[in-house]
Amino acid sequence: MSKNIDQKIVNDLVSQGIDFVTSVPCKQLAGVLEVIDQTPAIRHVPSNKEDEGMGLCAGAYLGGMRPAIIMQNTALGVVVNTLSTLIQFYHMPLPMLISYRGEVGEKVACQVEMALHTKALLAQLHIPTYHFHRPEDADELPAILAHTQMCKKPTAILTDASFWGAAQ
Amino acid sequence: MIRYDVLKTLLPVLGDSLVVCNIGSPSQELASLSDRPANFYMLGTMGLCSSIGLGLAMAQPKPVLAIDGDGSVLTNMATLATIANNPAGNFVLLIIDNGSYGSTGDQPTYASGKTSLAAVATACGCETVIECSAEETASLVETALVNDQMTIIVSKCESGNVAVPVITTDPVVIAHRFMEEVTR
Ligand SMILES: [Mg+2]
Repeated sequence: MSKNIDQKIVNDLVSQGIDFVTSVPCKQLAGVLEVIDQTPAIRHVPSNKEDEGMGLCAGAYLGGMRPAIIMQNTALGVVVNTLSTLIQFYHMPLPMLISYRGEVGEKVACQVEMALHTKALLAQLHIPTYHFHRPEDADELPAILAHTQMCKKPTAILTDASFWGAAQ
Repeated sequence: MIRYDVLKTLLPVLGDSLVVCNIGSPSQELASLSDRPANFYMLGTMGLCSSIGLGLAMAQPKPVLAIDGDGSVLTNMATLATIANNPAGNFVLLIIDNGSYGSTGDQPTYASGKTSLAAVATACGCETVIECSAEETASLVETALVNDQMTIIVSKCESGNVAVPVITTDPVVIAHRFMEEVTR
């Protein structure tokens, strides 16, 4: 079941011109994906793996669309090469809405292992990173999306368990 | 015929099509045969040629030819499931299947063994899958580019590369001139 925050996030995507979304699902992002599938302004093409998804996004961008990817932070282990040699090398804007698993409130110990590397990997890749921890942090989403288009870079929006737990 | 010979036969049938070309020797050989702004050369990122091609085909109406390889498709084999489930009538995926990793020294791929990429594509749900000889490739590509049927063509050719220079064009230039072609 989607919540108001899911609808708010999707409204922001649409208002900022995002019209192509690829995803590999995460439980925390299920509500957002549910709303996206009810949003005709967004073409949603699920991918099997996040690097494949970034290939789809690159093609959609070259074709004139504004793509975004929805994924889990564990996938940063999959996409390092694609981010650097495709998205960054060709200067493509790509907002990454990321479920930040493994933070306080996590129930699965293994998720903490990639949480330990998440911000370090993003910093190493020089990716502008925004962390939604409290519900009001999401108010910055439209500006982050506009910033992503302006600088033509991948950006990371980390959304943790506290954010999803507190957001209505 | 090796890949270079197949690429040469494709030049007259490309028309205004947008081409996404696989990393390494395929892009280098295509660029040296006939550089055109409507070619998007992959300079890195093994495996994603077909994904970029599909995204491009979904985003705009011009015909799109992704020139991929057997090794690359094996790297990103799930792409065939995504392609099958999101058919785009203006998309043609050409897999030049020389049974080897050409850019790295012609090491054999599993496509030279028991694995049929045409059978994989069919099993994934792709509806129009054609396996053909190198000689037949250009006329099949020409037909596929003009009809409104998403087509996967597996072109069986010999292993081997031609010594051509690496691409030194800046990636931002490649993307920029390509995007101008898209909107032209
Ligand atoms: Mg090959």
